Amino acid sequence: MQRRHFLKNTMATGAVALAATSGLLVPLKVLAWNKEAFDAKDVQSAMKGSIGTELTEASDKITIKAPDIAENGAVVPVTISSALGDVKSITILSEKNGTPLIAKFNLKGKAEAFVSTRIKMGKTSNVIAICESGGKFYSARKEVKVTIGGCGG
Amino acid sequence: MAKKSIKIRAKAKNGVVTVKALISHKMETGLRKDKKTGKVIPAHFIEAVDCDHNGAPVMNAEWGVAISKNPYLSFKFAGASGDTVKLTWKDNTGKSDSLETKVK
Repeated sequence: MQRRHFLKNTMATGAVALAATSGLLVPLKVLAWNKEAFDAKDVQSAMKGSIGTELTEASDKITIKAPDIAENGAVVPVTISSALGDVKSITILSEKNGTPLIAKFNLKGKAEAFVSTRIKMGKTSNVIAICESGGKFYSARKEVKVTIGGCGG
Repeated sequence: MAKKSIKIRAKAKNGVVTVKALISHKMETGLRKDKKTGKVIPAHFIEAVDCDHNGAPVMNAEWGVAISKNPYLSFKFAGASGDTVKLTWKDNTGKSDSLETKVK
């Protein structure tokens, strides 16, 4: 599973780089985007699709900064930082969203284990942050209460 | 594109560059309905954000529809003032935009 994803990803980036250098901006959308994982309806398959495993180790070295109560689920500020060394990726999920996978940040080179963004949450649920460090996956969760949902109209 | 869709602030402090970026994009989920016509508004969202530091990639993000509209993004990496930071986004309709700036 892992290997297949690796192959898919390298092929996609290679194609994008090729398109960029040759000046051909063909919309290569489906190739690069991990549709399977983002369309997954439950946390397990979303995790499996994005990081290749559903097993993570709970860690207190991951800090999730998010409001306890979000008045507007359409805009929930979330900041994730980690004291784990050599973090390769940070994945954010919201447990009870229709499609739980929110984003995956692949960190490279000199990047530090820190990302901050704003997410949509359908209803009160846990925000799960997964950090990849040294080939292992660590996770932390925090509950955010949502008073107005952010999905749908 | 006439108007840039990206705003970036990059500041260096103690060898760490903090990048804050705002992208103007509607991030449509494909689940919302148009109240007047009752038709589903098609999904239109950013699915990839790449960031280069002095030409080398430091971060690439895969986004889903659950990122808020007009996305805000902040991240950090080791660097110094005067370095260049380039941010590129691409959405599911094939549109893209990028902006390069210098670290202050």
